[in-house]
Amino acid sequence: MSSLSTNPEPSRLSKAWNSNMAYSFRRNPVAVVSLAIFLIITVMSLLSPLIAPFDPYDPAQIDIMNSEYPPIWVDGSDAQFMLGTDDQGRDLWSTILYGTRLSLLIGLCAVGLQAFLGISIGLISGYVGGRVDSLLMRLADIQLSFSTLMVAIIFLAVTQAMFGSETFNQYAVYFLIAVIGVAEWPQYARTVRATVLAEKKKEYVDSARVLGFGPLRIMVRHILPNSLSPIFVISTVQVANAIISEASLSFLGLGMPPSQPSLGSLISSGFDYIFSGSWWITAIPGVVLVVLVLVINLLGDWMRDILNPKLYKG
Amino acid sequence: MSLLSVRDLSVKFAMRDQTVTALNHISFDLAKGERLGIVGESGAGKSITGFALMNLLSRPGFIDSGSIHFEGEDIVQMSEAQMRTIRGNRMAMIFQDPMVTLNPVLTIGQQMVETLQAHRKLSKAEAEQIAIVKLREVYIPSPEERLGQYPHELSGGMRQRIIIAIALLLDPELIIADEPTTALDVTIQADIMELLLELCQSNKVGLILITHDLGVVSQMTERTLVMYAGRIIEAGRTREIINDPQHPYTQGLINALPQQTLPGQRLKQIPGNMPGLDAVPVGCPFAPRCQFAVDHCRTTLPELVRYGDVEVACHEVNRLHETRTEDQSA
Repeated sequence: MSSLSTNPEPSRLSKAWNSNMAYSFRRNPVAVVSLAIFLIITVMSLLSPLIAPFDPYDPAQIDIMNSEYPPIWVDGSDAQFMLGTDDQGRDLWSTILYGTRLSLLIGLCAVGLQAFLGISIGLISGYVGGRVDSLLMRLADIQLSFSTLMVAIIFLAVTQAMFGSETFNQYAVYFLIAVIGVAEWPQYARTVRATVLAEKKKEYVDSARVLGFGPLRIMVRHILPNSLSPIFVISTVQVANAIISEASLSFLGLGMPPSQPSLGSLISSGFDYIFSGSWWITAIPGVVLVVLVLVINLLGDWMRDILNPKLYKG
Repeated sequence: MSLLSVRDLSVKFAMRDQTVTALNHISFDLAKGERLGIVGESGAGKSITGFALMNLLSRPGFIDSGSIHFEGEDIVQMSEAQMRTIRGNRMAMIFQDPMVTLNPVLTIGQQMVETLQAHRKLSKAEAEQIAIVKLREVYIPSPEERLGQYPHELSGGMRQRIIIAIALLLDPELIIADEPTTALDVTIQADIMELLLELCQSNKVGLILITHDLGVVSQMTERTLVMYAGRIIEAGRTREIINDPQHPYTQGLINALPQQTLPGQRLKQIPGNMPGLDAVPVGCPFAPRCQFAVDHCRTTLPELVRYGDVEVACHEVNRLHETRTEDQSA
């Protein structure tokens, strides 16, 4: 018995390792594999300048004579190019690495923007209530009644026409982040508002008000940390969505330019050659995109199950 | 000068199609370091009084008229920013259920340090020192370790002690305790009440104890207000009210205590229910349930008037008192 009270304080790391969430994670092979794949893709894409044999952004390393080499397991390949080359003679493996990095960057930043906008608006809407709430939620309704892609297509087409494709291509990353970020904030705002409405009725909020805390502090420090679980869940789904949106826009020619391809623009540039036999330019980045989005969604699913006490299986 | 002086305070709730009155011209005073009990059944307006004193009524409730002078300043007229310097700092509140009053995602230390830093310029280390002193005052064992713990790691009684410690952090002049022990089991209730009493006495802190437990009121407080349907119907020294209640409602409350009944007997409950706020009768609000009510009671509202050592809102108080004395002498 005495060992109970004399146990040393467990370290933060071991606490996290023994937590409920980590335990259920270890017990769930799908989640483990998904996280592993996601980490591999992320790390490799982040290290792409080190791993990639070629730099797809450097015109000096691209030779048009190398175009459309198939992957090495197909006849007529060149040993230099593991996954073959695209129509401009870029090494597909290197381009995919760089492209994945761009797609992830755009996805994460866009979700960051969405989360920032949505959480702030949702917190204010839920906490202040009344007219402010109605106004903000009607705005969200209006925003939701346009599909994300439609808003994005109109916005990007207009900006492209306004700035000319030269300038547009230069800042395409920022435009994409902005448009995907702004178009999807209501997802966050609605979820956050709903949790805030539930949380603000709880007595700890009354007690915070009684202690003389201001509304901003109560919202950010007291209510927000108690509303994090749904935010985590939508964040994972939203990252996957944002990556898909970016790919679709790039596929439509409204996203990343061919000189700086993301996964979507790579798929799009290969699409013209798919019937002339060069299937790999579209297929391989396509597979990467599908796998990436799939593992993120699987992780999101697992997290939703874990963070939802109603589905808690003990 | 009194610490708190409430005059003609009325609180209303703006409902969809009507405005109902939750507090009706309440007036009372509290001296420095005095302990006041507010009793009444559910819905009598006890908790509303507590929130009104903090000026924290949330919609649709609002203070309709009256004044609350806290150390000479009228709280009702204060801006939200001024009010915030008073809340937690000079006036603290303790709620019913310690299980939900602490923020579940912050450690005890974080919550205490945050409270201190919100009102005073202190470093984290200084604030933690004060927190440890206060935790020791409420008899929390090994307070240094508690600072790193989350509320769910502690028992209910422990949490309520911590809540009391948080209330005392900034040495307030007034603590409003809204049924502080209802959610705790009986043995812990007694401990917590004793602790609260001791702390209020040693620190000269005023206490407003909102409860429906007359036993607790008689042990803890010097004066008592009995509320019914948003009005004060009897007010005076606790001892007088408990020993010789004048208002039929107060008498009913005391007779309904289990101690007043022999084992095996039914409890002497007051028949009927308190009227809803939207259907308060014209005359005395207690008249429909009062066995002594006469016609006059049903038409005219009795004022709170001095009767002997207490104040009572009952038309028939003289007659009732005489009948009682006759009964006793007979």
